[in-house]
Amino acid sequence: MSQSGILASYDYLDSTVDAVEELRKSGFDEVVTYSSYPEHHLEDALGYGQSPVRVWTLVGGLTGTATGFGFTAWSSMDWPLIVGGKPVLSMPAYVVIAFEMTILFGALATVLGMFINSRLPNVTPAVVYDPEFSAGRYGVFVPATGTDLDRARDILRKHDPVETREGAHA
Amino acid sequence: MATATDANLTEAQRRGALAHPDVELHEEVNRDILKMLSAPGKGWWFLFFLAASGVALMFGSWGWQIYRGIGVSGLSSPVGWGAYITTFVFWVGIAHSGTLISAILFLFRAPWRQSIYRMAEAMTVFGVMTAGLFPLIHVGRVWHAYWLIPYPNARYLWPNFRSPLVWDVFAVTTYFTVSSVFFYLGMIPDMAAARDKATGFRRKLYRFISMGWRGTDRQWHHFGKAYLFLAALATPLVLSVHSVVSWDFAMSIVPGWHATVFAPYFVAGAIFSGVAMVITLAVPIRKVFGLEAYLTTKHFDAMAKLVMLTSMIVFYAYLTEFFMAWYSGEPPEKQMFWNRLFGHYWWATWIMLLCNGLVPMMLWFKRVRHSIPALFAITIFINIGMWFERFVIIVTSLSHEFAPFAWGVYRPSLTEMGIVIGSFGWFSFWFLLFIRLLPPVAIAELKEVIPPQMRRKSGGHDGHDAVPATAPAGD
Repeated sequence: MSQSGILASYDYLDSTVDAVEELRKSGFDEVVTYSSYPEHHLEDALGYGQSPVRVWTLVGGLTGTATGFGFTAWSSMDWPLIVGGKPVLSMPAYVVIAFEMTILFGALATVLGMFINSRLPNVTPAVVYDPEFSAGRYGVFVPATGTDLDRARDILRKHDPVETREGAHA
Repeated sequence: MATATDANLTEAQRRGALAHPDVELHEEVNRDILKMLSAPGKGWWFLFFLAASGVALMFGSWGWQIYRGIGVSGLSSPVGWGAYITTFVFWVGIAHSGTLISAILFLFRAPWRQSIYRMAEAMTVFGVMTAGLFPLIHVGRVWHAYWLIPYPNARYLWPNFRSPLVWDVFAVTTYFTVSSVFFYLGMIPDMAAARDKATGFRRKLYRFISMGWRGTDRQWHHFGKAYLFLAALATPLVLSVHSVVSWDFAMSIVPGWHATVFAPYFVAGAIFSGVAMVITLAVPIRKVFGLEAYLTTKHFDAMAKLVMLTSMIVFYAYLTEFFMAWYSGEPPEKQMFWNRLFGHYWWATWIMLLCNGLVPMMLWFKRVRHSIPALFAITIFINIGMWFERFVIIVTSLSHEFAPFAWGVYRPSLTEMGIVIGSFGWFSFWFLLFIRLLPPVAIAELKEVIPPQMRRKSGGHDGHDAVPATAPAGD
């Protein structure tokens, strides 16, 4: 899925935030920003809510707990052999396994959720990406065509970008 | 450039600016850190050769043991656990500080963690990789090692989940998986930064590892949450893993092992040895790569304080053990601890007490904490002391187990020594590859605490003070 639009790169954080805020006020809702580090001002300007990754963590963790207890209990009952005079179902001893499985499944689900939600891996080369975005510059991409494109270009240029480019975003 | 007193900065940035006063621009971070990934010099190749020799020694000795059988080690009755298990616990302990620094200090928002955590995390991953080999070496017939894993088999046999040794399999493999994933996740943005600057083979490698990361708002948003939750999961994990390792001992009834204090005692010891090892590794890296602006005295001071704190916890645990032995009035328990101090292995116990209890007390002095050579020397002592701590716990207890006629003496054989010494080569082998191939300092996270470039020197986003416009370059 690729959208065409305009990309501007900025040297300064405040210019970027100003540009994003103005774009959002002018009705551009699908603004994409690039930065080399997690910048909360940008996230705030774009108005992010809760990330669904937390649900992945919770569901993964609970699945792990269930798997840990379930598997240890089931495999004990599969051949109910008394070892060391302990009950066949020694749940306290299985807590350790269940705990480790909780962490393992929770962690793997978190990473999976992060990959799916942030659309990674993404191997399609983006026309509008600048290697400087991973160094220190900030980027703002606005998907737009026709008169919208002209409006977006005006707003982006107003905040003194280092450069603007038009192309497609993957 | 914003200063540390700028009203517009977040708390983290203000503290970060104080921790790295000489780093001003975000581009500088990329330049200084990615520079480390350039072609290695003679010194690196020399160390790499040394490490590779260690690997050869380790696998050569292990091959010999596989060929001749476990009899080539000094393990016998009554001491069935010796240098291998000692070294296993040692490396698992080393591995702990990585997750401590990357996860626990992340949750506590410690301002000095950013520049050190990548190295500590790499140390964790390679530490567990080294530790994980030792149970395999120790079991002797390594080709049966897969019996530890629960898999459906024709005899309907499952592992005994009541056994601490099976818990350990789960704990260590989970720890390895989660710490590798955590290490990888944190590295994705940095690999993208490396990709954007690299050429040729490295570009392909970094492109593959970074999976098309572009640093969009959506990616950062989910990344931030995933990182937070992973840190929250890794924190109880790190505490559980060394507790489970300690239960390998504490769940038995061997005098000297059967103690409830073992779990916290082992966790503190693990953090103690791990942070010491981070200092040992960070000192030469800082020197060789000229990272003085990123690893300042402030960082070393903070780590030294952590070493001092955990040293005192560990020493307190030693004293508790001796006290409980005396207070219990149990003759076997009493003789056990008397034997530790004055028996056959008295020297190992005294090395442990001096290196872990006494030497770190020099860190009370600020001058010592601020002297890099002194820190390096002290942490070497700690590394030695912590290996001997595990040796003392394991070997002295087994050699004086129950009935006096069954007491015995254990002496590591040449094969065992070869494997133990070689394991340091194996660890260094991976670590040396790491510092040349992957960014050893977290680029993106450092930028988070370095004040961003602002057009307006201060004030909120509303004030539009006039700044001369620069000509937009090209369309």
